[in-house]
Amino acid sequence: MAQIDLRRKLSVLADAAKYDASCASSGSSKRDSTGGKGMGSTEGMGICHAYTPDGRCVSLLKILLTNFCIYDCAYCINRVSSNVERARFSVQEVVDLTLNFYKRNYIEGLFLSSGIIRSGDYTMEQLVLVAKTLREVHDFRGYIHLKLIPEADPKLVEAAGLYADRLSANIELPRDEALARLAPQKDVSVIKKAMGQVRLKVEEARPQKREKARPPRFAPGGQSTQLIIGADGAPDTEILDRSASLYGGYGLRRVYYSAFSPIPDASSSLPLAKPPLMREHRLYQADWLMRFYGFSAPEIGEAATGGMLDLAVDPKLAWALNRREQFPVDVNLAPREMLLRVPGLGVKSVDKIVSVRRYRTLRLEDVARLTRSLDKVRPFITTLDWTPGGLTDAADLRARVAPVAEPQQLSLF
Amino acid sequence: MRTATLASETDFDGWRKAARAFRLEGIEPAQARFVVEGAGAQSGLFDHSPPAPPREGGDPAPPQDKARDRLGPRLRGDEREEGFSVSKAFVDVARDVVLHRSGDRWDLLYRLLWRLRDEPDLMKVVSDRDVADALERAKNVSRAGHKMKAFVRFRQVEDEGGEAWVAWFEPAHRVVERTAPFFQRRFPNMRWSILTPDGSAFWDTHELRLGPPATRDMAPAEDEIEEFWKTYYASTFNPARLKVKTMQGEMAKRYWKNLPEASLIPELVAASTVRTDVMVATPATEPNVRLARATAPVIERAADDLVASTLPELGEGVQGCRRCPLWRDATQGVCGEGPREARLMIVGEQPGDQEDLAGKPFVGPAGRVLDAALEEAGIDRSDVYVTNAVKHFKHEPRGKRRLHKTPDAGEVTACRWWLDQERGLVKPKVVLALGATAGLAVFGRKPAVTKERGQLVALADGATGMLTVHPSYLLRLPDEQARVLEREKFMQDLRQVRHSL
Ligand code: SF4
Repeated sequence: MAQIDLRRKLSVLADAAKYDASCASSGSSKRDSTGGKGMGSTEGMGICHAYTPDGRCVSLLKILLTNFCIYDCAYCINRVSSNVERARFSVQEVVDLTLNFYKRNYIEGLFLSSGIIRSGDYTMEQLVLVAKTLREVHDFRGYIHLKLIPEADPKLVEAAGLYADRLSANIELPRDEALARLAPQKDVSVIKKAMGQVRLKVEEARPQKREKARPPRFAPGGQSTQLIIGADGAPDTEILDRSASLYGGYGLRRVYYSAFSPIPDASSSLPLAKPPLMREHRLYQADWLMRFYGFSAPEIGEAATGGMLDLAVDPKLAWALNRREQFPVDVNLAPREMLLRVPGLGVKSVDKIVSVRRYRTLRLEDVARLTRSLDKVRPFITTLDWTPGGLTDAADLRARVAPVAEPQQLSLF
Repeated sequence: MRTATLASETDFDGWRKAARAFRLEGIEPAQARFVVEGAGAQSGLFDHSPPAPPREGGDPAPPQDKARDRLGPRLRGDEREEGFSVSKAFVDVARDVVLHRSGDRWDLLYRLLWRLRDEPDLMKVVSDRDVADALERAKNVSRAGHKMKAFVRFRQVEDEGGEAWVAWFEPAHRVVERTAPFFQRRFPNMRWSILTPDGSAFWDTHELRLGPPATRDMAPAEDEIEEFWKTYYASTFNPARLKVKTMQGEMAKRYWKNLPEASLIPELVAASTVRTDVMVATPATEPNVRLARATAPVIERAADDLVASTLPELGEGVQGCRRCPLWRDATQGVCGEGPREARLMIVGEQPGDQEDLAGKPFVGPAGRVLDAALEEAGIDRSDVYVTNAVKHFKHEPRGKRRLHKTPDAGEVTACRWWLDQERGLVKPKVVLALGATAGLAVFGRKPAVTKERGQLVALADGATGMLTVHPSYLLRLPDEQARVLEREKFMQDLRQVRHSL
């Protein structure tokens, strides 16, 4: 009987947690359990243990401690005014589930969040207690991601960083005005202050070269946040500006974008449309360009129409089509930064090109072996035996490199 | 045609020895054959070494007949029997490629080994057909290892020794031996076995052993926690976001039959459209009754035109301020700090990166310069009220950093609303402005810092004002001599301030 109850709780509290897009278990410090009393390891690279039919990976046991909440955020299934079934785990139940799942190699660790119960401090205390029990009682060395309750006392944030690999506080809505309207109990500046505190602590914990004593560990996997897309009317360019500001301000590892998805028992103040998945995808691509390709948010915005990214082509291709005077690029001579701007060439391909050209002068077939999308690359490069001629400036170039059919906004199924 | 027999499908050392011998004898790739013992009888009939591929364009074909001569002079005498050296890069890739299930992997490796003599940098030419092929297979192998780390599912059993854990797994390539140490590091205190059709790995909490191939029925068929796992898997799936292709790209169907959760996939997919449609079609319900009692209070922002009667109240006003757009990208408003009855007020330009995060003025690098100078001038910082002309950090994101930008006159004017209130509440005897922006805020006009610094001027509110440079200016001076000189001038200004207090 108790077992059945626990499964029921698990289904309620996993269901309630699934709208949080973050899932990664990577980027933490390397450690294993050799010589320890418990179990668990993190090897830097995250491991996805399963994938659900929504294409997202399961790498952590992602659950809420409880889905009771005293806040009334319109976009959230757990808001106080919602009629969903409520449940609450005990600290011990979460600890046991985590260990049981981990031993069977189902997960890399735990992602624990919670509705706000009683107060921010009380809620944060409970989250910290779970992590503390796992670490101190069970010598668990797997991955732990705790959601920050921004309103909680800075001392609790500090304690959380001691046990967790990663911390996150969700900004949720790109527009602060919208947050005030849709989540009237939340205060964006409180969220930002918590993120600022985490950044300062993370930097303090980074061992300085000259110091001998190791500072106490603090969230070695850094912090992340989430923005919900399509609930507040903010255009893509505004979202990317917001992300750039978050990356710069708080040293975030990731900003997650979550297309606003209909939720059961939804608030009447939000549209119940299918989630804009293609838009979400383009935002992830644009974000990637900012983090790994040296693009700034305004540059990506150049190719947007009415503040919205092109849904038919990826943002790098859109940028290149808009800036054709920069092309073609000579793969045998161009600097790395410029190669990174060629549509279809990823960081790995570019690094390979740069390394190979010390030994060989590249022909088109060589490039073909170093990239998966030669068709996309061809109009934008020259090689020993290839020049695109007028192709780069051809009026129909977009049609040639873009997929034939306009992609569906909705389900890809 | 020469044939070498290898002890097993993953016999790297055997291949290495045979290949080295062939190579020294000058056996060309087309003439060399590698068969695995046991598997050999059959493959002998059908297996044939593919012809060597055409040379890469542009590179002259090496004269094959001179192989032996070429090899000789490169070796020192005592290495002649031993063999010859190849780059570590090749050996590393070869170790991976050997684990690949393709039948022609030995031939590919030998072809590379053959070519390495004339092309010692070959492994770095990743665009080369053979190299690219080998790297691709090495990648498949490493991916198979990664998937093994992900998709092994242990089931609990009880035996004489107590609790133990057994998994049945079918890896895409022969990566069991390679991947077992990962599980050893992760689960050193559990007794576990991983059984596969290629071989098995056993860990008894002390020693890792490898064993013969196994069959599926040797592993337990179930585990009671599996039902919890399936419950979790089904609940964490969002039916409104179906993306089956993405899932299959990462979790190939070949693995599904041994993943307990995968049995749920067809049903989850089939039901998702209906679930979503029902969800979308259901009208919003009445808010539940608990709402009124349990809801947390709504956040009210302080008014922009707040007139504060205390410093803490003023702080709240600054937090809620929207008088100019700078609040948007800043973390928080940074109000002044110090005793209400301070005789000296120091006004900087704006909070910087660190100040913005910490919510306190002058805690960053410029703050440290100021602190040291104050101490040297005999002024106790805790007696000083320190603030900024503009309360929110103006900056531009640049990757993982934020570049400081100077506030414009409009922003300074907007923010004077707060600075003037600070001056009104604290009523300092002396107001020291650091730099031009602070000067603008204190004097109401943009001063020429180098000309006007160090002069005591009477301010409209009865206080004495003075202008000097901003300490960050001292930090930015590139030349050591100039720095010493400028710092001395800064100290003079501070000493003069102290005398007029
Ligand atoms: S900088 Fe000053 S005026 Fe502008 S928002 Fe901040 S407190 Fe208000």
